[in-house]
Amino acid sequence: MSSLATVPDMSTASNVTFANTLRAEWIKLRSLRSTWYTLACLFVVGLGITLLSMSSLAQEYESLTAAERQAWDPTNLSLRTYIVAQLIIGVLGILVVTSEYATGLMQTSLTATPRRHRLLAAKVVVATAVAVVAGQALMFAAFLAGQALLAVQDVPNAGLGDPGVLSAVAGGGLYLSAIALLAIGLGTIMRATAGALATLVGIVFLLPAVSGLFPSWLQGLFDFWPSQGAVAVLATVPDPDYPHPWLNLGGMCLGVAAVLVAAFVVFRRRDV
Amino acid sequence: MTVIEVQGLTKRYGPDTVVDDLSFTVEPGHVTGFLGPNGAGKSTTMKMILGLAAPTRGSVTIGGRRYRDLPVPLTEVGALLDAGAVHGSRKAYDHLLALAVSNGLPRRRVGEVLARTGLEGVAGKRAGGFSLGMRQRLGLAATLLGDPQVLIFDEPVNGLDPEGIRWIRDFMRSLAREGRAVLVSSHLMSEMAQTADHLVVIGRGRLIADTSMSEFLRASSEGTVLVRTPDPGPFALRLTAGGATVREGPESSLVVSGMTSEEIGKFATYHGVTLSELTPQRASLEDAFMELTRDSVEYQGTTA
Ligand SMILES: Nc1ncnc2c1ncn2[C@@H]1O[C@H](COP(=O)(O)OP(=O)(O)O)[C@@H](O)[C@H]1O
Ligand SMILES: [Mg+2]
Repeated sequence: MSSLATVPDMSTASNVTFANTLRAEWIKLRSLRSTWYTLACLFVVGLGITLLSMSSLAQEYESLTAAERQAWDPTNLSLRTYIVAQLIIGVLGILVVTSEYATGLMQTSLTATPRRHRLLAAKVVVATAVAVVAGQALMFAAFLAGQALLAVQDVPNAGLGDPGVLSAVAGGGLYLSAIALLAIGLGTIMRATAGALATLVGIVFLLPAVSGLFPSWLQGLFDFWPSQGAVAVLATVPDPDYPHPWLNLGGMCLGVAAVLVAAFVVFRRRDV
Repeated sequence: MTVIEVQGLTKRYGPDTVVDDLSFTVEPGHVTGFLGPNGAGKSTTMKMILGLAAPTRGSVTIGGRRYRDLPVPLTEVGALLDAGAVHGSRKAYDHLLALAVSNGLPRRRVGEVLARTGLEGVAGKRAGGFSLGMRQRLGLAATLLGDPQVLIFDEPVNGLDPEGIRWIRDFMRSLAREGRAVLVSSHLMSEMAQTADHLVVIGRGRLIADTSMSEFLRASSEGTVLVRTPDPGPFALRLTAGGATVREGPESSLVVSGMTSEEIGKFATYHGVTLSELTPQRASLEDAFMELTRDSVEYQGTTA
């Protein structure tokens, strides 16, 4: 049998490793403009909200009573931008999977990498790595910008070295990364961008908003819910409702892990 | 050596059996045409070959192994199911690079397959701006990355202009000449006639014919002869008595089989019959294909 005119040397490919799959997924992610637009959007919107919400707090602080000033938490105020940032970082996670279904590329990806768990694991690792970096960078930037604005207004503000501050800021970054993981899981299960995004919005916004309607035995769940108990780590002033905030975030991570397990199971079983 | 072996392959979607106990093999050095009307189950069969859909029953092996057990899939099988399956905002080069890297193939393979498919000039362009023909070439380029011995194409010329069709056809022929096994599906017989060496015809998921192209051509060229004469009735009786089979054709003509046009001409002269037309009817390939798959199509029409 003859071969291609240019005799190919395939000696480098005796077996495919997970590192190959990871590199391929990284090439795919970085070669899409939407990845960079989404990240740019994350920082523009995330920091924009911080700047807008922090630029006129002097008056508010003036009007506080002494007791309320005790509970003044400048760190938490500057991290509030997580509320919108979690949706944008969620879109990033969703698109990693759903854009391949929308274009039909999933078939091509799975013929190149028929071991399905390996393919999904590589997507999860790459997208999570990006989300960890972007989430931490955003939270630190929001903290520093927010505190600088408070300092300009002569309102009490925090430094990174103050007690509890570093863990609150880093906790915010971790929370955003966990939301990105949740989004990948939802994208895999739903296979469509719109459906996955609607579900994510339902989880982080709608359910918390109507939490009062649920029976009391379900209320406990909201201690570990996104935008609810799970964001208690973003505060530096202790909240009596959440004495161990890292347990609350840990509980949410368990829920995210359960969604991901379901995603891996259906991803292996379903026809493409 | 058999490279693709399909055995008793069956796929059900709910109550519908879309691939039904299908068995055939694909050999190297040939273009095997996989032919069937729309909805016959060609794409589903190809997805099962590639491990994208799970068979309800039966098995498919490639060189004796299941697709998902191939250690470096792209070096053994190149498949193009849907040329539209590219991300429009990704550059052609990056699309191919990600695929090459996923199988540990050297980076330079990307340049080589771009050259072979004539896409060097647009390597840095986003695939969203490509014409269908260019996407088709990009899809072909991807199948060649690992220099595989088995190639699978699902309706590769659908929607292409004549020049694009010719290019793809020549391309598949050259791949087979290099000793590769090429499996290509189509719902058009005419297209296969110029491309395939071997035919696997299916209808309603079932195997209808598994034959060499030359055999199929010979069978389908056993044609009939159209005869026109001012007084067809008596001549028809004479022809029948002479051993031919005669039925009524359009506009009081006769359609005769079992005798060549030359024999009919002599026969008419001998009996002093005037003929106003004597035309050999070569059944077109498309007719032969329709004849072959008619039952399966009709059945589908009534159940749909
Ligand atoms: N995912 C699916 N779910 C249900 N039915 C399907 C699915 N995929 C294909 N079919 C049905 O299976 C039949 C065969 O389809 P297909 O393999 O695409 O045929 P072909 O490629 O020969 O045109 C069609 O009737 C189609 O509607
Ligand atoms: Mg099809």
